[in-house]
Amino acid sequence: MTKTKTGRIVTAAAVAATWAGASLAADFSACQVTDTGGIDDNSFNQTAWKGVEDAVSEFGVTGRYLESTAETDYEANINSLLGGECDIIITVGFLLGDATKKAAEANPEQMFSIVDFAYDPAIPNVLGQVYATDQAAFLAGYLAAGMTQTGTLGTFGGINIPPVTIFMDGFYRGAQYYNAQNGTSVTVLGWNPDTGEGLFTNNFESLDDGRAFAQNLYDEGADIVLPVAGPVGLGSAALADELGTDALKIVGVDADLYLTDPEKKHVYLTSITKRMDATVREVIALAQAGDFEGGVLVGTLENGGVDLAPFHDMEDLVPAELKEQVEAIRAGIIDGSIAVDG
Amino acid sequence: MSEQETEAGLAESLLRRAAPDRAEFEDLVIVPIFAVVVALILGALTMLATNVDLPTIGKSYLALVQGSVGSLNALSETLTAAAPLTLAGLGIALGFRAGLFNIGAEGQLLVGGMAAVITGFSFPGLPMAIHLPLALLAGAVAGGLYAGIAGWLRAATGAHEVILTIMLNLIAFRLVDYMLRLPWVQREGRADPISRSVLTSAELPRIFTWLDPNLRLHLGIVLTLAAVLLVHWVLFRTKLGFEFRASGAGPDAARYAGMRAGLLIVIVMAFAGALAGLAGANQVLGVLGRATPGFSSGIGFDAIAVALLGRSHPWGVLAAGLLFGALEAGGRQMQVSAGVSLDLIGIIQALIIAFIAAPLLVRAIFPWGFRRAAKAPKE
Repeated sequence: MTKTKTGRIVTAAAVAATWAGASLAADFSACQVTDTGGIDDNSFNQTAWKGVEDAVSEFGVTGRYLESTAETDYEANINSLLGGECDIIITVGFLLGDATKKAAEANPEQMFSIVDFAYDPAIPNVLGQVYATDQAAFLAGYLAAGMTQTGTLGTFGGINIPPVTIFMDGFYRGAQYYNAQNGTSVTVLGWNPDTGEGLFTNNFESLDDGRAFAQNLYDEGADIVLPVAGPVGLGSAALADELGTDALKIVGVDADLYLTDPEKKHVYLTSITKRMDATVREVIALAQAGDFEGGVLVGTLENGGVDLAPFHDMEDLVPAELKEQVEAIRAGIIDGSIAVDG
Repeated sequence: MSEQETEAGLAESLLRRAAPDRAEFEDLVIVPIFAVVVALILGALTMLATNVDLPTIGKSYLALVQGSVGSLNALSETLTAAAPLTLAGLGIALGFRAGLFNIGAEGQLLVGGMAAVITGFSFPGLPMAIHLPLALLAGAVAGGLYAGIAGWLRAATGAHEVILTIMLNLIAFRLVDYMLRLPWVQREGRADPISRSVLTSAELPRIFTWLDPNLRLHLGIVLTLAAVLLVHWVLFRTKLGFEFRASGAGPDAARYAGMRAGLLIVIVMAFAGALAGLAGANQVLGVLGRATPGFSSGIGFDAIAVALLGRSHPWGVLAAGLLFGALEAGGRQMQVSAGVSLDLIGIIQALIIAFIAAPLLVRAIFPWGFRRAAKAPKE
């Protein structure tokens, strides 16, 4: 008797839970905290936000975001999203690592996900999203080394943190690989992966810095520049626009800047895409389905988490032979025969 | 007294308005209230112009109230944001009182914060009763010394303090960038400029975590209130404060009365710098637990508006600091609940300041509001 009763209650509870689950799914809420630079930076924050927007249109979840204007905002912004309004809180950026950890440990029931940070050891309610960006950047470095007229490439970063320098690592090593394969001596200015020293604007905001840094690299002979600093790179694109693309080309980062920066689209040779939109969307799908687990989600060339964008207007400028070589290297990286980490 | 000074230059009259001898009720209370109302209306018009519909505008203003005073967490956020603004604003107000336009709070805040953070991570094993006051003291002393440089240069060479403090700000920005890369300051395993973490014994403890672990309000608010009382006491109850005010009201008269103008300038600047340094210490020891290049986040500049808004009176500065804190906390909620851009909060803040700084304009817009109010305080 008691047994059946318990059984019934359990069944009822299960049914109720399913119901609750179904109704929750209808108004599942995903909230995002951006890094400095703004939601409309054409690059980092915007790409991550697109993942939420995709989830909104595909899964019918609700999405909202909070912009951080300074590092002092991180914790306050995360806090104002706590309190049950958000089913999952997605923080965007390595620099939010400390604040996210603090909030996640204080609120173990709340699901968190952070772009560009992997905790070691993992926190059970945080899913980190990291990217093997150096794989795609390696292709870009090889391509740029094959395209340069001056034999000099340039790069600079926003802040000297791993998610930034991994672009520069890959770009540098891709160019070195080109040298090794073709017996050339293309140099890369602005970054040395062995010493960890390079050019950094120390912010992710100033377009003026982007212009000045690109100008310096151009003055030193670089004709293709990779700015890894979110919206700062738009300043570099403006310079390339003025000098003309024969003198200076830009390699975009994060999104396909040909599409997100339509005014200056002609200056981009290609972009190293970091599909934060895809992983953010994936994380929301997991959380909504109840399959959320703490840990790490890694975007690679193989799963499309990172990639090289199409050449668009420069399609005809890139020799067919170089394109084939890049494709061969892509296959080599995926099957492991080419190592991108030096 | 004020008749004799009608000939004075524009800068001086601006300073006088920022620091009136006898604050009028109308200017202190009615004008700010109307300024806020006008700013909110203009803010709504701005939103309308950018295609935000009316329900969303209503929702966003509701969120502004809810996010600033609507819950325990909202109050905690408002006070947390108000503390450093008030501390730095007090310093600037002190300068206004003495006739000095100190634009350097941002730099003093950075230098003070760096000193506090270094003290905060340096002495493991110290009990909190010693370590925390020591770190706060380090912040105040460093900020005071840094501002003292500007004061000394002003007194010794006559260089204008506006230029001096702006230039010292720029130096402070780079100094912090440099220091955060020193091997004994930079956090181990990081290549970006970030300091080591402040030890628990030097942290300003959070005071309401027993109610809710997410309440960020920390002991810095008590420090802030103490500073308000201290500045009030110094300004209005001590000989030094009288000398500050006297040299601000009439530098020549003060000199003839035997006050040492040069020394006073250095003291005022150092005092102001110490308060800004405390604001920096408040941020690194209470909110962030570390220093990064952006930890000042413009507080030193916002504090100028806070001091102006508070008419350079300690209680006024506290009220203005609270208003700014409320706008910051409420602005966040506006983003969350109504999806309104953070830039709009900046516009509303700027409008409020503009209207408070222009009392005649507010009087012109609301003539009926003042005829009645004018009589009441005169009784």
